[in-house]
This record gives sequence, structure tokens and C-alpha cells, in this order.
Amino acid sequence: MFLIECPWCGPRDESEFDCGGEAHIERPADPAELSDEAWADYLFMRTNPKGRHRERWVHACGCRRWFNIERDTVSHRITAVYRMGRKPPGRR
Amino acid sequence: MGVQRQRLAEGGRIDRGHSLDFTFNGKRYTGYAGDTLASALLANGVMLVGRSFKFHRPRGILSAGAEEPNALVQLGAGARSEPNLRATQVELFDGLEAASVNCWPSVRFDIGAIGDRLSRILPAGFYYKTFMWPARLWPRYESLIRGAAGLGRAPEAADPDRYEKRHVHCDVLVAGGGPAGLAAALAAGRTGARVILADEQNEFGGALLGLRATIKRGRALGWVADAVAELAALDEVRLLKRGMVFGYYDHDYLGVVERVTDHLGPAAEPGTPRQILWKVRAKQVVLATGAHERPLVFADNDRPGVMLASAAQAYVNRYAVKPGERVVFFTAHDGAYQAALDLADAGVRIAAVVDLRPGPEGRLINKVRGRGAEVIGGHAIVAVHGARRVSGVEIMRLDYTANGVLGAPRRIRCDLVCMSGGWNPALHLFSQSRGKPRFDPEQACFVPAESARAVRSAGACNGAFRLADCLAQGFAAGAAAARDAGFGDGEPPAAPKAPEPESAPPRPVWRVPSIGAKARGNKHFVDFQNDVTAADVALAAREGYDSVEHLKRYTTAGMGTDQGKTGNVNALAILAQVTGAEISDVGTTTFRPPYTPVGFGVLAGRCIGKLWEPARLTAIHQWHRANGAVFEDVGQWKRPWYYPREGESMDAAVRRECAAVRTSLGIVDASTLGKIDIQGPDALELLNRVYTNAWDTLEIGRCRYGLMLGEDGMVFDDGVTSRLGKNHYHMTTTTGGAARVFAWLEEWLQTEWPSLKVYLTSVTTQWAVVAVAGPNARRLLAELCRDIDLSRAAFPFMSWREGTVAGIPARVFRVSFSGEVAYEINVQSSHGLALWQALMAAGAKYGVTPYGTEAMHVLRAEKGYIVVGHDTDGSVTPLDLGMGWIVSAKKRDFIGRRSLIRPGIARSDRKQLVGLLTEDPREVLPEGAQIVSEVRPEPPMPMAGHVTSSYWSPALGRSIAMALLQGGLARRGETVTISLAGKNVRAEVTEPRFYDPEGERLRG
Amino acid sequence: MAEAYLRQGVLDHLHLDARAVREPGEARVALCERRFVGKVSLRGRPTKRFLAAVGQALGFEPPVAANTAAGKGGRAALWLGPDEWLVVTPPGSAGETAEALRAALKLQHCAVTEISDGRAVIGLSGARAREVLMKGCPLDLHARAFKAGHCAQSTLAKALVILHQTSDQPAYDIYVERSFADYLWAWLEDAAAEYGPAIVQG
Repeated sequence: MFLIECPWCGPRDESEFDCGGEAHIERPADPAELSDEAWADYLFMRTNPKGRHRERWVHACGCRRWFNIERDTVSHRITAVYRMGRKPPGRR
Repeated sequence: MGVQRQRLAEGGRIDRGHSLDFTFNGKRYTGYAGDTLASALLANGVMLVGRSFKFHRPRGILSAGAEEPNALVQLGAGARSEPNLRATQVELFDGLEAASVNCWPSVRFDIGAIGDRLSRILPAGFYYKTFMWPARLWPRYESLIRGAAGLGRAPEAADPDRYEKRHVHCDVLVAGGGPAGLAAALAAGRTGARVILADEQNEFGGALLGLRATIKRGRALGWVADAVAELAALDEVRLLKRGMVFGYYDHDYLGVVERVTDHLGPAAEPGTPRQILWKVRAKQVVLATGAHERPLVFADNDRPGVMLASAAQAYVNRYAVKPGERVVFFTAHDGAYQAALDLADAGVRIAAVVDLRPGPEGRLINKVRGRGAEVIGGHAIVAVHGARRVSGVEIMRLDYTANGVLGAPRRIRCDLVCMSGGWNPALHLFSQSRGKPRFDPEQACFVPAESARAVRSAGACNGAFRLADCLAQGFAAGAAAARDAGFGDGEPPAAPKAPEPESAPPRPVWRVPSIGAKARGNKHFVDFQNDVTAADVALAAREGYDSVEHLKRYTTAGMGTDQGKTGNVNALAILAQVTGAEISDVGTTTFRPPYTPVGFGVLAGRCIGKLWEPARLTAIHQWHRANGAVFEDVGQWKRPWYYPREGESMDAAVRRECAAVRTSLGIVDASTLGKIDIQGPDALELLNRVYTNAWDTLEIGRCRYGLMLGEDGMVFDDGVTSRLGKNHYHMTTTTGGAARVFAWLEEWLQTEWPSLKVYLTSVTTQWAVVAVAGPNARRLLAELCRDIDLSRAAFPFMSWREGTVAGIPARVFRVSFSGEVAYEINVQSSHGLALWQALMAAGAKYGVTPYGTEAMHVLRAEKGYIVVGHDTDGSVTPLDLGMGWIVSAKKRDFIGRRSLIRPGIARSDRKQLVGLLTEDPREVLPEGAQIVSEVRPEPPMPMAGHVTSSYWSPALGRSIAMALLQGGLARRGETVTISLAGKNVRAEVTEPRFYDPEGERLRG
Repeated sequence: MAEAYLRQGVLDHLHLDARAVREPGEARVALCERRFVGKVSLRGRPTKRFLAAVGQALGFEPPVAANTAAGKGGRAALWLGPDEWLVVTPPGSAGETAEALRAALKLQHCAVTEISDGRAVIGLSGARAREVLMKGCPLDLHARAFKAGHCAQSTLAKALVILHQTSDQPAYDIYVERSFADYLWAWLEDAAAEYGPAIVQG
């Protein structure tokens, strides 16, 4: 059971959260413009790294806010928590 | 009744004034308070306690603790019966009943023991090799194998006991209450930190309970008592004795099972929880879990009467029981000599100490020699005599490689063999915390290396086997843990002195050689519980299973209920030897929770019966209950399914309810519909982005049906949304989709569209919703509602009005899910019951009939209205449903739009929604039935689709069905075949609209 | 007019009034339903202007510190998120409060929604009240971590709740969606059983 630091409510048990998968996948501004391949890439393709992964979580049983975390998928160590719309740490 | 002939006259931590009666395998015995079942059995001279899992070999008590592989018992009878408990951990109580597991008909005469005679042909991997072919017979083999195997029996009646759970947070959790753990708890507790000290045993002290050790010139147990008293006086320290830390999960979350009343048996106070599951979130963890003594792997090492040296020592010191009269020690290190002294002091005759080391020397060894015991260095036991009890051993001189033996065997008579191969630190929790163990060649054991969490190891589990080191490490770890949790300066208190003789490390002889047939190693047991021998390990390596994880799965070493606490390190060391690898390169298998088995009862806790799953109730629920409704689970909701009258069948009730709606008046509790209040200047924009149709033209006071898609173009939810004001909408969702849709809209708003000025508020339970439907619905409403003009022109279909109904402020929506004139009346939930009762009273003259979800489904199916999740399954687009009319051609974008023009989605042979009318109108197809494109004598047949909804339609007087059929939209008028078990049914493909297709009735 | 009709408390079917004791005395756990507590959902970005307007309408500003509550004169505002509060009012006054908020916030983007009947309120107090909650709530409720004036959204057993500690006695108000109230009450009574719970007037 992870201990996740909600950026608003503070540290809470994983059971209060839902995971929304990989972070920083932006919905294309004009999907109609996209090729089938580009659309499929947005829709289906996700990275599955061994190691550092940035993903979206929502404090479903708390403030219901979405935010991002950076988590090591092997050790499950959470190395960063940052609000929606912010850049991940160490990236400009 | 047995006599406690092996009990010492004095000493031990038992209460001789408090004797307890118990039975084992039907025979009556007595023991004392403070005994375990194992110590009480030994006191009564019972050594043979079980049979091994595969060969059903007679087995005795090996250990005195959690690592016990042999002495597994079924405790109690009836509903409270519990299988596979370790007799070494079961505290004795008056009236205890226990029986051996895994032997039939009795432990002394066991039919399964024929497996032992067959052991030459039952090597590792036997099952895989023998029962592979033919594959179709495997189910039969499996049932035979499972019948012959299995440990103990699960009780068949419901567990009558109460189990609790507790969430608890602490600064420092200390696992293990031996010297290191007590020291850690003291150091941390004195800082004011919140500390939990959990220990599996009935009293704190750990290994000290079985030793005659000294701390500060006094008995070590005196120091233990002082420590416990000091801890108990600290407000923020919680002591959990009988508390097994069984699992170390992510982010320092640990599970502890506290056995509150298990040791009291029937004397437990009713209402007291039997066990408590503590879910602990710790800031810092100190592991002080001790070490397990390692057996030696020699021929016949599983004979009853072969015991770990430290266990024999504990039986003598702690339980005042002599486990034998004449003992041979077999050791690889100095540790066993203190045990020998303790046994000698208790009056056990030391026949010999057989030491694997060529010239054992030192103070301890001389002391043992001084007691008249023969110390035989450089020798090994090559055979053990006695089937049900050791009667003697044969020893031979080791050659210089320790891989072979020399000279002639010498026989020594004894009834007890105490072995000691060294110590294995209990790394289970450390390893579960993702810490990496490392092999320490000096001490010949694995010790903790890098830790991945806020965890420290102290004492024997950290490779510190001297008492003074345990204390020092404990104090240091506790102080440092508290500091890291924000308490104290990390400076450890001074550790008290604990003098001990010097002790030399073991000579690791992982596989003790033997002679003749026994040299093969197939009676050299490595894993006692699963009957894995040194020969099996070698065989596995020969056959290519030479990684430790493969070895485990191929031989089953370590896969018993003891998870190989005594056997794993020996198995992997022998594997290393056989393959010529270093032990450090072979590594360990993954340790997994639980450390010892945890019962289902405590995992379930009080989440049983009514508390298993929340039942969500509407404001009108009690009326439904009082009026005989049969309920259906819709998600967590309890919804009236139908309301049978006395003696009425479900079919009859549903037909009556449907008929009432079609001919006069029905009333249904629709409160469970999801409701979302949407406010803000961008509310309209949000609707346009999430629904497939356009919303710009919806006027205040009007309602519109909408379909939501996932970004993949598949139908996600549907419902009616109404415009309440300029920037204010009321959205409804399906009952099951309410939470999902609300969360999903929030997700889009927060993650993709943060600039949209919209706020959503879930109002699902704020409103009770009662729908009245049928030709008399308007008349009924007119009687109860004076402030809304109900005329067709003033209040048309798909509009809403605010007013009062039966004097209650209400929003009335003219929408219909039945195809009749209908009004959904929304009132604040506290008025829901009053509204319902008023409608029932006023509707009596129209024969107002409450209807449930079944009738609701029949009525909507007659109209061909889909139910998301019933007629769709996440792979259905609006085009597949023939609902292209609701997909806006003008909007450039909405969620899912781009996917609708992907080539696969636009294919004409996708499964599409159709109606089905069976040739025999009485035939009601089962939902889920398969439409086949070719009829064959037996399955498999090529499948073309499946039935999604199917009912008897009272309005049509025949069966109707909806189905998803490949290319169905173009197949109207065709006949298809539905294959059912035992027959084929033919049906005509139609439009999925069976009743009033033009919708004249609902607009009426 | 509507008041002429019997309004139903969420747990009326349990006849708690009939079981209630007048003097809870030494009861280690006391339980009640607080019927008809007014509730208004308030959404808006906590700008100075917004806070001032709400302060004007309520007589106190809503808290901006996470997991805290503020209140005055029988009304309270519970922080639920960075732009969300639950405003709690005495029975019967939620409509009035909502109107006052709407009026004060007329020119700002916000949402004021009356949800009095959407949630039930269960009162839990007594020396062992914390232990009862610990049986099903993953929050750290130790007095060092959670005290009077704190509130949090979390789970209790299998229900989502808002927990508001109202005194250090300790006493809690537990807000739960009304459809879950029957379940949660049953769970609480069962959890409290070992402490001999008293049912008291709400």
C-alpha cells in the first residue's frame, strides 16, 4: 500500500487514490487533422518503463484533484509529486 | 491419561500449579500453563507428531518456534477448527483438542506411507513428468493427487468468532521483542515517539526465553522484565505481544496479526475479538526478527527425535521438558555446546558431540568435555536408526574435502539428535521490504545489505549472534529510527554488559556425506515439509533447473506452509555446490508475505454478512420493503425488481406491472439515476465536448437526450440533460455510471480543459426521483400539482418545469423510458417518501401500480431503448447502435469523434444492434445466447453475434429480443439461427423497435 | 407548505429516538443521527475577493488551510479541496445561506448548490470514539495529527466520508452520502459494540 502525498491533502493511503496511467499525454488540439496512425498513437500507445515513470493520479476518496507523480516502477519509490499543468521536475 | 514423564521437577516458565488437560489424536494428556502444544507433547514423551507431505514419513518436532515444518496440527473441531497450525506456536489451554494433519488413518499407521517405499520413483518433478500425457486425463490425475495430498481440513461451518481490524500510524515500528527489539523500543520510546513493539510470542524476550543468559550481572530475563515494565509505562508505546508482523508492504506499511484470545480457547470472553489485524503505517521500522537455526543435511535427518539444538535447549530451559534421555549433538559450530551444557544440567546424558570441524577447541568445548561428554571432531553422522523414534546414529570420519567419509562406521546409541548447522538470520520482512540480502562467507549466512525503505535491522536478523551486540544494535537502531522520525538526537543509550564465551563461526558442510545407498542423498532432507532431498536438488540442477527460482518450482522446496524457513538456505547452498557456483551468485528466492499463515477470518474482519458490501438505499426504500418488493442489486444499490402479490410468480408480477403502465398508471422509484449539477459560463461548451450531439439550441426549460463516448468512440454512458438556467444544467446518467461519469467529467476539466469555467456538483442523492408513467399520468399529476400548466402545448415532451407536487417543491421532467406519457418528479430526498405516498394515495383510482426494474426493462425493450452496459459492452459505437442520428455532423470535435472515422470503426460488418423475433413467439431467448452463421452438430460453430436483451412482451403478446449481429443493419428481414444447448432457434432480424415505433403515445 | 408533510430523517427507519438514552453518562461511545443539518456545496477559486464575499455572507471566511474547518454562529465551512467547501448550517437554513452566498458572489464564477438531503450526518463521540474510527479509517487520527477543528475526506469501512472533529473529547461529525447511511450506521454500531455504545439524541 503506497503512501501518496496528495498535493492538497497531504500523505494518504493508496486506497484513497485512483491511478490514471501515464502523464503528459496531451489531447491533440484538432483531432480531425490527425492521421489514423497519429490518433492511434495518442489513444493507445503508452510507455511501460522499468524505472522512473510519470503518471497521473486522482485523490478519488479525498479532494478529487488530479495531479502527477514520478514513481520508480521497480522500487515504487515516489520521487516527485506535482500539480496538474506543472512541468515534471528536472524538465523545462 | 498420559503422565508428564519428561517434565523436569523445577525451572522453566511454566506454572506447575495450573495444569491443563488436552487431547492429541484422540488421546488425553496434561500439560501446564505456559506450555506450547509441542512442549506439552514432549513432556508426555510424544515425539512422533505427523507425517510428511509427499512420502508420509513419520516426523517429529524439529523446532520450538515459527519455523516448524513438521508438527502441523488441526486444532479444534467444528466451526472453530483450524488447520496447519504449528504445535510449536500453539499455546496450551484447558480442553485443547488437536490432531496431526496429513495422515490417515492414524499417525502411527499411515496408508500414504507407501509413497515412502516408492520414493525412488517419486523424485522431484515426478508429477510434471508422469501426468503430462494424455492431457485430457489431467483433471482426473489432479483430483487423485489433491485427494492424497492437502494439509488439514478447512472448517465447513461459518466461523463464529469475531475478528477486528485497526489502522494505526506510528513513528517507529519494532518487529520482534527479543533483546534487540526491546532495546530498540526503549531507545525510541524514551524520545516520546509513537512506538509499536510487536512480537509473535506470548511474552517478550525472544530467544532469551529459551536461554540461560546474563545481562548486567543478572538473569537476562530480569532485564527483559524491567524493559517491558518501562515500555508499558510510556504513553505513546503500544506493546503487541502475540502480535506477528507477517508482511512488509510498500512504503513502510506492515501487517500485524494479534492473536487476542486464541490461547484461551473456550475460556475466551464472548464478544472479545479473537484476532486483530493491525494495519500499520510506520515512519521508521526496526527489524529485530532474530534468526533460525539451520538444520544439517545428513542421511535420515528427518527421523523423529532429530531436533534443532536451540529447540532442545528451549524445551529444557523454558518449558522444563527433557526432549530425550540420551543425546548426540551434531554441530558445525560452537553454538551447540551451550545447548549441550544446558541439557546436561537438566539431566540429559550427552552421548557425544559430533563436530564437523576437525579440532574443535575453546572454553565452551572444554566445559562440555568436563561434563564427561565425548567430543568427536572431524566426524559426521552418516545414518540414523529408528523409524518412529531415533534409536542411534552411525558416525564416520570426514575426509579433508568434507565430501566423503573414511574408515569404519561407529554406532552410538541415543534417543535424541540435536543438530546445529549455524544460524540463518530471519530476513523475511527485510526482503519483503525490497531489501537485498548478501551472503556473508565468514558467518556462512545471508545478512541484510542495502535496504530500500526506512528500515534498519538489529540483532540476530542482522547477523549479530552475540547478546551484547544484539543489545547495542537494538539501542542504536531504535535511537536512529526515532531521530529520523523527528524524535530525539539519535544518540543511543549505553548498552548493558552481557558476558558470553567467545564463539567460533561454523564450518559449512552443506551436504553431509554418507555411504552406500545413502550416499545418493535421497534421505538427506532439505525441506522437511515438502520432502525435498539433497538428491532432488542435484536432479533439478542436472535437468537444467539451475536457477534458484526454477529449483523452487521444480522441487517445491520452500513452497510449503513453512515457506522453507529451515530449508531454503541449505537448498540453494547445495545447488551452488552442485553447479559449481558461488552461493552469493545463486542468491535467494523472493520472500513473500505472510511470514506465517494468516487465517481468512482476520483478513475478512467484520466485512461479512450485512457489512460485506454497502447496500445503498433510496429515500423510499422502506416503503418498497414494507410492500413486498423483491430487490435487485444494481451496482451497490438495492432497487425494487418487482412487487409480487401474494402467491404471484415473477412473470405474472412483471406482466401485471407492464400492463398497468401501458393501460393506466405505473410508478417507479428512479432515485438511483446519477445526477450532476453543472454551473458556469462554459457549461454549454462542456456539454458540446462530451456529448455526440449539439447543445447550442437547447433552451431553458428543455431537456435533451445525449450519448457520451470514450475517446475510442465506444458508447460510455447516456442520459438526459436539462437546461435549468443560462449557465446552469442538470445532467442525468445511468445508475451504474453515476460515479464513473462524474469522475470522468472532472478528469477532463482538470487535466485537459482547466480553462473552462465550469463547476460540477454530484446531486445524485440530494434528489429523490419518482417517475409516473402511463395514459393516466397527466391526470394524476394534475390533481397534485396546481402551479404547472400540464397541457401538451405548455409542457411538451422533453421539457421540465419547476413547481410543487403534493405541496412539495419539485422539479418535474417530462421524459419517458417506457414510451408512455411520463413525468419524473424530483424532490429533495427527505420528501421522497412523502411524495411517493401522496402519489400512491391519489393514484389509487387509476390503479396506480408500483413497478420494478424488470418491468422497466421490458417496457424500454419494447421501445428499443438501449441500456448502456446491457446492450453495449465497451465495444459498441453509436453507429453500431443505428444511432447515427445523434452524432453531430457539424461539430468538428467531441470526445470520441475522431475514432468514429478510423477504418476499423467504419466497417460495415461490425456487430450492430438489431431486433429479433423468434419464429415461435413463445420462445424467450436467453440473454447472451449466440447467433451462429453456420449450424453444426456440436460446438464450436462460427458465431455472428449475441442476444443482449430478451423479454416476454405483454404488450405484443410475444417474445422480443435485441441483439448485436455482424452486419446487422443491412440484414433486416433475414432469418438467423440462435444455437442453444440442445436446440437451434430461428428468428427474424428486425428493427429494434417493437411497440409504438412512431412514438405517438409518449408525446400524447 | 412542504413542511406540512413529514420529512424523513435518513435513519428514521431505525427508530433511534426510541432507543436513545437521555444521559449518556459514562458511555465510552455515543452515536446519533443529526437530522436535517443544512449543507451547501460551495465552489470557487479562493481569491481575496471570493473569500471576502463569502466572509460577508457567512460572517466568517472559509478556511484555506487544507483539512480544516472554520465556523461561527452555528454555521461552519469545511475545507474539501482547493476550490471546494461544505458549508454546514442549522436545520432549515440551508436555502437562506445559499441565497446569501449567491447574492454575495453574483459577479464571480462560482457554484452554490444546496445538498442538505444528499448527505446524512452521524455524530460519534466518547472516550473510545477514536478507536471505533480506527477500525475502518486509514487516516492518522492520533491527537497529535488530528484534533478539534480538523476535517478530512477519506474512507470509513467501505463508504466515502467527510470526518469533522468537533471537540477534543473526542467528538466527530461523519458526513456520508445518504444512500450509504444505513450501511455505515450498522457498521459503526457493530464496531462500537465492544465499548457498549449509547445512542443519544441528535
